[in-house]
Amino acid sequence: MMEINMIKKYLLKYGTAMLLFLLPLIVSKSIMTVVCSIAGYFIIAGALNSINGYSGQMCFGIAGFYCVGAYTMAILMNTFHISFWIALLPSGIMAAFAGMLVALPTLKLRGMFMAMLTIGFSEVMRMICLNWTSVTGGTMGIKGIKAPLFFGIKTSGASRYYYIYLVTALLFIFCTNRVIHSRIGRAWMAIREDDMAARSLGVSINLYKILNFMYGAFWAGIAGALLAPYKTYIDSSYFTLDEGFNILSMVIIGGQGTLAGPMVGVVIYQLLVEGLRFTGVWRYIGCAVLIIAMMWLRPQGMVGDSDSVLAGNKTVRTGSNLLSNLHWKTPGPIRKLIISVLY
Amino acid sequence: MDTKILLEARSATKKFGGLTAVNAVDMQINKGDIFGIIGPNGAGKTTFFNMCTGFYTLDKGNIFLEGQDITNQPSDVIAHKGIARTFQNIKLFKYMTVLDNISIGSHINTKTSIIDAVFHTDTYKKDEEYIKETGMEILHQVGLEKYSDSLAGNLPYGVQRKVEIARALAVKPKILLLDEPAAGMNPIETDSLMSFIKMLNSMGYTIALIEHDMKFVMNSCNRIIVLNFGEKIFEGTPEEVKNSVLVQEAYFGKGIAVSRGLSA
Repeated sequence: MMEINMIKKYLLKYGTAMLLFLLPLIVSKSIMTVVCSIAGYFIIAGALNSINGYSGQMCFGIAGFYCVGAYTMAILMNTFHISFWIALLPSGIMAAFAGMLVALPTLKLRGMFMAMLTIGFSEVMRMICLNWTSVTGGTMGIKGIKAPLFFGIKTSGASRYYYIYLVTALLFIFCTNRVIHSRIGRAWMAIREDDMAARSLGVSINLYKILNFMYGAFWAGIAGALLAPYKTYIDSSYFTLDEGFNILSMVIIGGQGTLAGPMVGVVIYQLLVEGLRFTGVWRYIGCAVLIIAMMWLRPQGMVGDSDSVLAGNKTVRTGSNLLSNLHWKTPGPIRKLIISVLY
Repeated sequence: MDTKILLEARSATKKFGGLTAVNAVDMQINKGDIFGIIGPNGAGKTTFFNMCTGFYTLDKGNIFLEGQDITNQPSDVIAHKGIARTFQNIKLFKYMTVLDNISIGSHINTKTSIIDAVFHTDTYKKDEEYIKETGMEILHQVGLEKYSDSLAGNLPYGVQRKVEIARALAVKPKILLLDEPAAGMNPIETDSLMSFIKMLNSMGYTIALIEHDMKFVMNSCNRIIVLNFGEKIFEGTPEEVKNSVLVQEAYFGKGIAVSRGLSA
């Protein structure tokens, strides 16, 4: 019995890995474009989730960090002729720096006020990129950003660039998983659950809020940095508030406070948008309805963290017995899945 | 001053607009005390605790911990210096397991950074081991091992109080401030809490507590101060407090109650 389970587990693990690795050979190029955008959104939605989901801050301006990362990459590559691989880290660091600048004045803000300020930041970033023509190319954007060479192999085109996205997304999941299961992640969650209690236990909430913002912004910047060479051309229209809200809705639909949440959200959102393509612009109404339903029925999102304040006290009120029963008998992820099906 | 005094307040004053919530209160808690703070509702007891732990800023006066001035420092810094507290309305991380709650209590005694966490360096491994060991050790000490994996919010009230105290213990404090630990408990829970607090004291923890349950206070504390309308009206041993006319007046008013004495 044990052995069969082990075999199943390995099959699942390596099968998925093989499938992910060989995906470009199996599916068509147009599907690969969708897959690439999903992988890109994995990173940025995950980055937003590490801010909104884990420390409970309300960041609505993730597009601003996305923008900083993308433009840093584009400028470093085109103006300074620095290799993509070297420019990747500075792009993330620039965005993290921007994150720190946003976090400092917002330390005392909560909820909608924080949301307003981050929305403002996002638009300011876009406006700077739109108007600072000498550096960012203004309305013309930055053209001819070349996809990097990987040991002499060209990575242009969705089927090849996919591997860069894949590795970065896996790296993001790996890092975030480790960070949230450490002292840092626990401090973030303590702030989300009850900041007064966190303070009384010696968690410096200012420091950890800033750190949290910088961490999220860093990965948003990396996502932006990957976007620039993939599209080969960027201008400010990639980083509008709409884009920020799209990312936010992915996180809300999929779920906050879990690693799987934003991923599920990204897939659902992309499938919805692609699937309803025949309805033209009306398809976004489908997304809006889904968000409203989600906020109403399951504020923590589809596979979000039900054992947290994100669930709006719903789980404790309606199903604490059920929850605690499941809690004893089955391990974490399965319980989460069962609960998400039940509600 | 000698080093026996652990926590000291000198003419600590807090005003909310025109209302002086705590007025020039002096207090000295010695090492090894179980120190009681009592007083009628609205006397400023919780405000005073909040001043000691940095949740409120003082308008006048100073707070010293082992002779070191900690007046108006942020609450997390004060926790680092060695004061841990619990809250009147329990502030557990109720969606986290009991063990996770206590892990966060170990926050200040560990030093993993993001880099450590990503690469699982020795610091990370040492810290995680420390957190787990301390957590289990404290749960063992307070006798809550069987609850280690249950969600804190699903536990009975009396147990939640104990978990909150256990979490504060993980900070490894020099002094433990308990804000109404017995509030809302039935007599059996109160008795178990009392022996629990005495046990902590015998383990070497200095404890200060606010409490309304007179039986509890009189049987557990060795020194007591009484606040009324923000002012300290009496200080002394439980016996002295029981016999104090001033205290009786504060609780019952002047008149007939004085001649009958404090019955509790």
